[in-house]
Amino acid sequence: MDLSFNDDQKQLQDALAKYIERDYGFERRRAYQGAAEGFSREVWAQFADMGLLSLPFAEADGGLGGGAAEMLVVMTAIGDALMVEPYLATVVLAGGAIARAGSSAQKAELLGGIAEGKLIAAAAFEEPGARFNLAHVATTARKAGAEYLLSGSKAVVLHGGQADRLVVSARTSGKVADEKGISLFVVDRKARGVSVRDYRTIDGLRAADITFDGVRVPADALLANTENAEGAAFDSIDAVADAGVAALCAEAVGVMESLNRQTLEYIKGRQQFGVPIGSFQVLQHRAVDMFMHAEQCKSMAYLAAIKAPVVGHSVGEAASIKERRRAVSAAKVHIGNSGRVVAQDAIQMHGGMGMTNELAASHYAKRLTMIDFVLGDSAHHLSRFEAAA
Amino acid sequence: MDLNYSAQEIAFRDEVRAFLRANLPAEVSRKVIEHRHLVREDYMRWQDILAAKGWLAGHWPKEFGGQGWSHVQAHIFDEETALAGAPRVVPFGVNMVAPVIMAFGSQQQKDTWLAGLRSNKHWWCQGYSEPGAGSDLASLKTRAELSADGTHYVVNGQKTWTTMAHWADMMFCLVRTTNEKRKQEGISFLLIDMKTPGISVRPFLTLDEEHSLNDVFFDNVRVPVENRVGEEGKGWTYAKYLLGFERTVVAALGFSKRELATLKRIAASEVRNGRPLAEDARFAAKIALAEIDLMALDMTVMRVLSSRGKAPGPEASILKIKGTELQQTITELMMETVGPYAVPFVPEAIESDANGAGPAHAAPLAATYFNWRKVTIFGGSNEIQRNIISKAVLGL
Repeated sequence: MDLSFNDDQKQLQDALAKYIERDYGFERRRAYQGAAEGFSREVWAQFADMGLLSLPFAEADGGLGGGAAEMLVVMTAIGDALMVEPYLATVVLAGGAIARAGSSAQKAELLGGIAEGKLIAAAAFEEPGARFNLAHVATTARKAGAEYLLSGSKAVVLHGGQADRLVVSARTSGKVADEKGISLFVVDRKARGVSVRDYRTIDGLRAADITFDGVRVPADALLANTENAEGAAFDSIDAVADAGVAALCAEAVGVMESLNRQTLEYIKGRQQFGVPIGSFQVLQHRAVDMFMHAEQCKSMAYLAAIKAPVVGHSVGEAASIKERRRAVSAAKVHIGNSGRVVAQDAIQMHGGMGMTNELAASHYAKRLTMIDFVLGDSAHHLSRFEAAA
Repeated sequence: MDLNYSAQEIAFRDEVRAFLRANLPAEVSRKVIEHRHLVREDYMRWQDILAAKGWLAGHWPKEFGGQGWSHVQAHIFDEETALAGAPRVVPFGVNMVAPVIMAFGSQQQKDTWLAGLRSNKHWWCQGYSEPGAGSDLASLKTRAELSADGTHYVVNGQKTWTTMAHWADMMFCLVRTTNEKRKQEGISFLLIDMKTPGISVRPFLTLDEEHSLNDVFFDNVRVPVENRVGEEGKGWTYAKYLLGFERTVVAALGFSKRELATLKRIAASEVRNGRPLAEDARFAAKIALAEIDLMALDMTVMRVLSSRGKAPGPEASILKIKGTELQQTITELMMETVGPYAVPFVPEAIESDANGAGPAHAAPLAATYFNWRKVTIFGGSNEIQRNIISKAVLGL
């Protein structure tokens, strides 16, 4: 049992901390967010140089073979600086799906493009009315000769409007909520019949609602390998989404720790009644509770990261799938609930300042709150946790 | 990064499990699991068994006769024994006074008292709190005056909330030896034989009508000067030193895991609207949330074990706060499982299956719930723990 970071992992942590200090202050972040795509291509290229874009993939697939610790380090840093780049969408979700379900040729092309920073990809799994159920897939993919025809709608696709390629779950057989009959397709965002409604999210990112209207894709757009034939993609989607949740949990820890630091600094400096408001026990105990929330969330983020790697393990083995789902859902419930409380308390303890758009802490509070609604909220994961007992 | 125990640790866990299967008396573990009251003989019987194996003080360093267990081993031992329903080892001796004697005691004190602790010869109690000194412990007033010939102290005053004082052979006691200095600097650390003339123990009942707490009165009690640990006036430092020895046992993980399993068992046997209570969505969600909190606490303990091994100061405060809140949640849910049968109070049904109102498992649950309000109060109330974190970690 060892939950510490080794020297390489610490080095990565230090490198990211230095990078953030130099290139990703809050004002820079504001500028990146305001760019046309809602993030910085320059930052993305630097991510590629640092090896972050191939970090979790197997060495055989051109990746660096990073595991739980590496992903914890990167995602916590992303949360710490409130980064707006599409790392979750491109590397963890779309990249993870390609790594799990794709053929060697697909992996070489797509993961190669991602690693170089040239290809932005997004995962279009969720649908209107599905409410976090990844098996709820009404989008259809009908075989027509050497092609498939995709029709249907996807909801709140993170960075869908900025992606070059979309990894889309679509039904090749079965009924709307069946786990069987779901396949994954790689679709060019600019293909005919794809329409994208791109919007800002309240926490400073970008997402899109996307419809597919008889979109023609070649047969080799189907992600397929020996374990993922047509119609058998659900286990991969479920595993990738869990890796996504684990990443979000680590990001939430970074957000929460930074938000707590900012709140603490504020109550130490802000004077009322002739003393710093942090001298009042009622605020001290609240600050302690926020600190304990962050510690417990960190513990759960570790658990989720260990049980749900971006690639490898658990898929295909019933016992470990159950264990993975249980751990990941527990983490998401815990972090969703704690995140809500910490964000609320941070705004409250900043008083009127907490209500302003100027303050960095307000943006941290928004991101922390919204993480609960991505890839399944606390209520969804509480049910999933119970089902995996 | 790896959550698995090493092969040696797994072998140790298996050894502990095998030992428990072979040696933990079934009638004792049954009492523990069914929430019945334990008597002194139950604790002594189990501690004698542990002492014979050399495990009563297994976490002590080898030089003091312990097994020199690693922090992970000590954790495994704590967890496995609790899961099996063993009585908890009474902490005042092997966990609390022992580290102080090891660090600050004279050779003669080490020889006498550590041997008595290892072999389960002496039952210790803790003389800290007083009627006017609870959270503000340093304001304690029990006086110890050195006799004219310098051979002994004469102790006068009162201690209270003294757990199991009526069963104890010895007390480690904080006393005031001078009023001249800052209140923390006038305190000394004495080891007092409970049979010394002038000591009287007066029981009082907790809100569940259990007798575990006592007032202890000192009326000109003569304590040999060689029973003072370390220097006069340094008692507060020694008491604080002890805080650095808090182990992950304060999280009570094993206890909460065992009780959560019991909770699920009872919830599965109770019925609501014709279906098991465990399948009632509202109740199931409460259990699930408690279970998730338990997983978080478990992982935090693992992080502490992985980083420093022990839980000094702030980490111990987190484990204490989160661990006790969880214990209270579980005892609360346990009480809720039996619905109307939470209400009857039939003391004899708590001690045996006889004459209970409602199912046998119901009798002790409300009493246990009320008794368990203590855990966020004793050992430094959770408010004091928050003060510690506020100061030590947050710098407020």
